[in-house]
Amino acid sequence: MKILPRIGFWLLVILIGVFALFPLYYAIISSFRSGAALFTIAYLPERFDVSNYIAVFDRQPFGQNILNSIIVAGSVVAISLSLGMTAAYAFGRIAFRGRALLLMTILAVSMFPQVAVLSGMFELIRSLGLYNTLPGLILANLMLTLPFTIWVLTTFMRELPKEIEEAAFVDGATPWIVVRRVFLPLMAPAAVTTGLLAFIVSWNEFLFALTFTLTNERRTVPPAIALMTGSTAYELPWGTIMAASVIVTVPIIGLVLVFQRKIVAGLTAGAVKG
Amino acid sequence: MPRLIASLGLAAGILASTNAWAVEISISCSALGKEYEICKQGVDAWAKKTGNTVKIVSTPNSATERLALYQQLLAAGASDIDVFQIDVVWTGILADHLMDLSAKGQADIDDHLPAMVETSRVNGKLMAMPWFADAGLLYYRQDLLDKYKRPVPQTWADLTETARMIQDGERKEGRGDFWGYVWQGRAYEGLTTNALEWVASFGGGTIVDEKGDVTIENPKAAEALKAAAGWVGTVTPEGVLNYTEEESRGVFQSGNAAFMRNWPYAWALAQGADSTIKGKVSIAPLPKGGTDGRHAGTLGGQLLAVSKYSKNADAATDLVLNLTGQQEQKRRAVEGSFNPTIVALYSDADIARANPFIGDLVDVFTNAVARPATATGQTYNKVSTEFFNAVHQVLSKRSEPAQALNRLDRDLKRIKRDGWK
Amino acid sequence: MTSAVAQADAPVLQQARGRRSSLTRSRLRSAWLFIAPSLIILALIAGWPLARTIWFSFTDADLNNLSDYEFIGFENYLASYDGEWLGLLTDPDWWQSVWNTVWFTLVSVSIETVLGIVVALILNAAFPGRGLMRAIILIPWAIPTIVSAKMWNWMLHDQFGVINDMLLRVGLIAAPVTWTANADTALWAAVAVDVWKHTSFMALLILAALQMLPQDIYEAAKVDGVSPTRVFFRITLPLIKPALLVAVIFRSLDALRVFDLIYVLTSNSRDTASMSIYARQQLVDFQEVGLGSAASTLIFLIIALIVVITLAAGRVRLGEDPR
Repeated sequence: MKILPRIGFWLLVILIGVFALFPLYYAIISSFRSGAALFTIAYLPERFDVSNYIAVFDRQPFGQNILNSIIVAGSVVAISLSLGMTAAYAFGRIAFRGRALLLMTILAVSMFPQVAVLSGMFELIRSLGLYNTLPGLILANLMLTLPFTIWVLTTFMRELPKEIEEAAFVDGATPWIVVRRVFLPLMAPAAVTTGLLAFIVSWNEFLFALTFTLTNERRTVPPAIALMTGSTAYELPWGTIMAASVIVTVPIIGLVLVFQRKIVAGLTAGAVKG
Repeated sequence: MPRLIASLGLAAGILASTNAWAVEISISCSALGKEYEICKQGVDAWAKKTGNTVKIVSTPNSATERLALYQQLLAAGASDIDVFQIDVVWTGILADHLMDLSAKGQADIDDHLPAMVETSRVNGKLMAMPWFADAGLLYYRQDLLDKYKRPVPQTWADLTETARMIQDGERKEGRGDFWGYVWQGRAYEGLTTNALEWVASFGGGTIVDEKGDVTIENPKAAEALKAAAGWVGTVTPEGVLNYTEEESRGVFQSGNAAFMRNWPYAWALAQGADSTIKGKVSIAPLPKGGTDGRHAGTLGGQLLAVSKYSKNADAATDLVLNLTGQQEQKRRAVEGSFNPTIVALYSDADIARANPFIGDLVDVFTNAVARPATATGQTYNKVSTEFFNAVHQVLSKRSEPAQALNRLDRDLKRIKRDGWK
Repeated sequence: MTSAVAQADAPVLQQARGRRSSLTRSRLRSAWLFIAPSLIILALIAGWPLARTIWFSFTDADLNNLSDYEFIGFENYLASYDGEWLGLLTDPDWWQSVWNTVWFTLVSVSIETVLGIVVALILNAAFPGRGLMRAIILIPWAIPTIVSAKMWNWMLHDQFGVINDMLLRVGLIAAPVTWTANADTALWAAVAVDVWKHTSFMALLILAALQMLPQDIYEAAKVDGVSPTRVFFRITLPLIKPALLVAVIFRSLDALRVFDLIYVLTSNSRDTASMSIYARQQLVDFQEVGLGSAASTLIFLIIALIVVITLAAGRVRLGEDPR
């Protein structure tokens, strides 16, 4: 390759990397500082003080909060993907009446502001006896992830060539087997990506998590962080909040790195078949 | 033998009554830090004394979010929280869901600061008990006043002049980011408290008067807003239009401002070990509008109320009376610097030893100006929102004071048309 | 391209026609079976709250007492009292919030789309450190909005914010800029943070689309010596268009409902409020469940309109068959 585009390419990579990373870097520096240092600017960490990190776990069940978040987000992803994948097969591969209308209806669910459904959802969760429980949160979060999952998977499903399932049907396979044996492997890159995005949506969800839980032990990470307060009413415990943010970002990075292989594996599988 | 039976019976009776008593009460008070510790110690002492258990529920730090959560719970008639810590301006908004404490609070209520008691009443009924008080204060840099040989400003005009003088002087010495005066100008409840102080100190009333009449469109109010708008960009950074308490403390505490308007909480932090201005700060009442004006700090603070849906209302009420009682308020003042609402405590020697400036505060609290929450009841938030939006437009020079007040007057009267409810 | 595939399919289809009718029936049955669980769950969790919101928009319900309300027709939207028009549709604050939101969505989603394609193309190229890069671009999204909005608010602070400090040092600005206090720059600041946070969402979806593309076309194009730019506009872009459109639609849905970002970041005045902020203010702060529900319903209608326009402009047919 020519040298100039090569340099341009790397400059772009570095620029994007810095843009994405700088706030996290700043959060890490801030997490080592405390008190009045919040009001001054530093580009390099001046000391390595983990007291904020200790405070995060010391003052509330933050380990439990992380676990709750993982359980909620994990379940939401598992349910969204399994429901979404089967629904997407029907929407994407089978011609039936009312398909367009149904898809639009599903999308319409995502068109109301969250605060508008909050009150009705609150009544629903309470009447189901799921207030202050993780299943209640999982159910509520499905409303945010399911329409998105179905739409994205349907789009990708539709893009696959038509011949793919014909052979299987000729061999007498049932639709269920076709979904599992034929489409699941082909859809791996799309499914992993969608799952990852759904995971983050659920991981970041704040309003439902705040409203549908009451005790610290049941809270997920975002309300737990939002409820961190300074020692007095108006004081902002910046160092602790930053430490907590750094802690919760790590699992996501780990998750992405783990799923890298899956994305790449799906890519090669698709290439062979295509 | 009969005596034994009698005493056994008595013992059983006591046991039975304690069992009937032993309930779990949920209280919402601050989640973390010192405030949580102090709250926990208080409720634990009560729990130990009465044999009940108390669970502390943490609620959001942001007032708006906390109110939203309360409303959500209460609108659903949920009994999950028995005792609510509420802001002084929420009594009217939440009154429909709170228990009337008039009978049980009768004995103690006259000990409290009248202004705080006023915020606890709705239509003459006592819906909450005062817990601690807050009011706007003027923080100033004693060292800089000494350096420029200026007295503590008594009027806003004094403050403007002194602020400009110090700012010019400091900037000449190469401190380009030095400012005269910082306060809270973001369009939120905090701006209502700030702007009410200006308006009231000029004698421009309190937006809506006690009878419920809209009074905000008057020359004194316009004068006050004009003075405030004049600060922005001259002695006050333009960024103040997005400052809340912590942003203004940030500028002041890093030594970049001569004056600051803030709540009493900033005192301990400004005098903290890592503060750059430790030992150089003092507090005073906020300046008067003119020589004929008055010192006016907006009254803040928190009350304790019992939910109407509480399953253990008696125990909850008992907890509220205990926490707002003299003994507990004294403990909170000594250990946590929470300003008591019981007048007698301001002359208490132990408290004065713990907080040297407490004596100055009693005047501030007695003269504090209350937001028109009692008169406007459930519509208070609407009134406040219209007010801070109008003020924000004046401060950001998108509107002239007279014109903004005229529109505000019209909007408030339109809100009032449905009655203040 | 679609028609070419269909033609190639034709003989196969004819051969299979006999078996197909029973096959079609069984497939139709399974289609409903496959969709049912999702529909039931959505109807359960979303049906009731949404229907309730729409119903309340025609009532004078109050948050303080939700069981006692009256049906008032369209009065929340538009009503006339003694010759004066009142209601949501006459409220200048509402229209200001609509305009703010639409502007915010247009600008931020456009930037995110272009940037997202660029990032996806980069990540699709083979270079050392690609895996790490993929994780890095997701980080902005992984930090809860509630935190990142506050973080940016602090970084954009006019006095001790790091952004002003950096720009001053580099010499791009002469004096500190009050990014978030000034209504003119506040929405741009919101756009910048939104781009920072959500570009990865776009990029990842586009990347998934890129990776599912058949490789042989590219090899053919390479053999024919077609320039990379031409390959991108003639082959890649049309092929990823469906995925791109879905990504744009969902990003727009999110942006049109933006709440916490603008709420935390800007000075929160009428000049910068979004539609969701307006609705929340009515619903929660003012306890006007009726009016707030009316605002929410209008938001729904506005968003639906925009989505339909986007789908039409993108020439998406929802009933389309696989190619």
